[in-house]
Amino acid sequence: MQLVLEKRAERSNTIALVSPLIAIALTIVTMSILFVILGKNPIAALGVYFIDPLTDSYSLQEIAVKATPLVMIAVGLSLCYLANAWNIGAEGQFLVGAVAGSWIAVKTQGTDAGHWVLPAMLLMGAAAGALYALIPAICKVRFGASEILTSLMLVYVADLFLDYLVRGPWRDPKGFNFPTTAEFDPVATVPVLIEGGRLHLGAIIALLVVAAATVLLGRTIKGFEIRVVGAAPRAARFGGFNSNQLILLTFAISGALAGLAGIIEVAGPVGHLQPGISPGYGFTAIIVAFLGRLNPIGILIAGLFLALTFIGGEQAQIAMKIPLDVTKVFQGILLFYVLACDSLILYRFRLIFPSRKVSSGAA
Amino acid sequence: MPRKSSSRGVVDFRPFITILTLSGERLAADPGTVIIEGIAAGHLSITQRRKLGAAFVPEERLGHGTAPRMKLSENALLTGHAASRMVRHGFIDTAATLRTVDRATETFDVRKAKRDPEAASLSGGNLQKFVVGREILRNPAVLVVSQPTWGVDAGAAAVIRQALLDLAAGGAAVLVTSQDLDELTEIADRIAVMFHGRLSAPLPTADASREKLGLLMGGSSLDQKDTAHAVGA
Repeated sequence: MQLVLEKRAERSNTIALVSPLIAIALTIVTMSILFVILGKNPIAALGVYFIDPLTDSYSLQEIAVKATPLVMIAVGLSLCYLANAWNIGAEGQFLVGAVAGSWIAVKTQGTDAGHWVLPAMLLMGAAAGALYALIPAICKVRFGASEILTSLMLVYVADLFLDYLVRGPWRDPKGFNFPTTAEFDPVATVPVLIEGGRLHLGAIIALLVVAAATVLLGRTIKGFEIRVVGAAPRAARFGGFNSNQLILLTFAISGALAGLAGIIEVAGPVGHLQPGISPGYGFTAIIVAFLGRLNPIGILIAGLFLALTFIGGEQAQIAMKIPLDVTKVFQGILLFYVLACDSLILYRFRLIFPSRKVSSGAA
Repeated sequence: MPRKSSSRGVVDFRPFITILTLSGERLAADPGTVIIEGIAAGHLSITQRRKLGAAFVPEERLGHGTAPRMKLSENALLTGHAASRMVRHGFIDTAATLRTVDRATETFDVRKAKRDPEAASLSGGNLQKFVVGREILRNPAVLVVSQPTWGVDAGAAAVIRQALLDLAAGGAAVLVTSQDLDELTEIADRIAVMFHGRLSAPLPTADASREKLGLLMGGSSLDQKDTAHAVGA
């Protein structure tokens, strides 16, 4: 008997929809085993991870707050991935956006500047993120450098640059030597939606980004170009679409969205620039993009789900002393299963039984 | 190519390269070497050439002529976006792309399971009818076709050949590159032979006996036998 992976005649749309759910189920099974090994009750642990955060309004708001950057970054990344351009460096673009936007906040601090400050910061963050993403894109188009490597490596450059700024020139003089800027002025802060809550304007912007991406991909010729270049590169050339131009475009858009997410995070929930403003949003967004089928609506759902794991992970740490790293393990396992299950869209398992030989050869 | 000229055939052993150059997918030609409606187009992109009234059918219908996993309406848009009403201010008019699918289906008898299936779900012959039909419906001034009936069943092949003849009769210039001599003698008014990148003078099909074509394909130029072999070196 033999188990083989066999190509399907047609892609299975059913599996394409069900695959993320299978992946989540398999991840939960694997996590349960991991919890048992850690000596925790898996049922209780899963309850803390996935059920408890949904039961009170504070953590519900917190899920939306965490989902905001994830969704914005993942929508941008999905455009890249649809066009076969592999931007792995959204984390760096996020940080650079945060730094560039903060520059305005730091320079106008205490100067009584008007309400133009926040919009200028958001624009600055998006522009810087886009420019930073264009570095690997240009290296790819011009010199054929692998954008996977270059975009990833630039994450560390951005990380160290931010570190330098908050430890050096931008450090808050009254900050007791902590590596952080002073709290941003109210005009340089993203307003909250509900008085006293944490949910902020960024959530609305994330929804607008999802809507815009839906229109772009489904209704416009540019979105069509992005999809064709990824799905059938030679047909795209025949259609007259320039793949290099689309690599630059998708990298610029995803960089802009990551940069925007970065400055919103800093000017919103965090309130000042400091190291560690991102618990790995730029990398988790890669999982969000694939779990969401590279589809804006799917990404919105996947973003909320991954945000739940962040919040659940924090609560599990407090309530059950489960290390926070388990959350990262969870996200990694999830991506692994999503990609594995996706191969079932084009392939299927088949059991092959050896046919009995009629001749008397076998004793 | 003059508008009045009708169908012309080229015997070519590398039709793939030829169509890439003629279509502008590969920008290798000098401006003057490709002329569409009197305009030098050798330096223009495939989209600009389409806007001048040219249309192209590559030999490989799945993966080159169409995106396999995309719907027929999207594949209509693939070549139709250049010069049609399918795109307005950057937005796709889905109804217009579907109309093209319906017209191609009707005119060329494309058999398919539903109104707008994925290209890969069609049989080779039906997809070829769609690909040729998609271009003919754009009413091109110049149509360049590579291996139009390659791997297509006899019924579909007849439909496609007739469509090419009708287009030529309507005043368009049709250039067919093929390795299939029988097909060329059946549909072309004139035949030229490509040998090592050199195109022979076109022969009227009535004069193009198998012997003459054979000599040309062997690299001999019919008038000056002495210099012929220099070409291939």
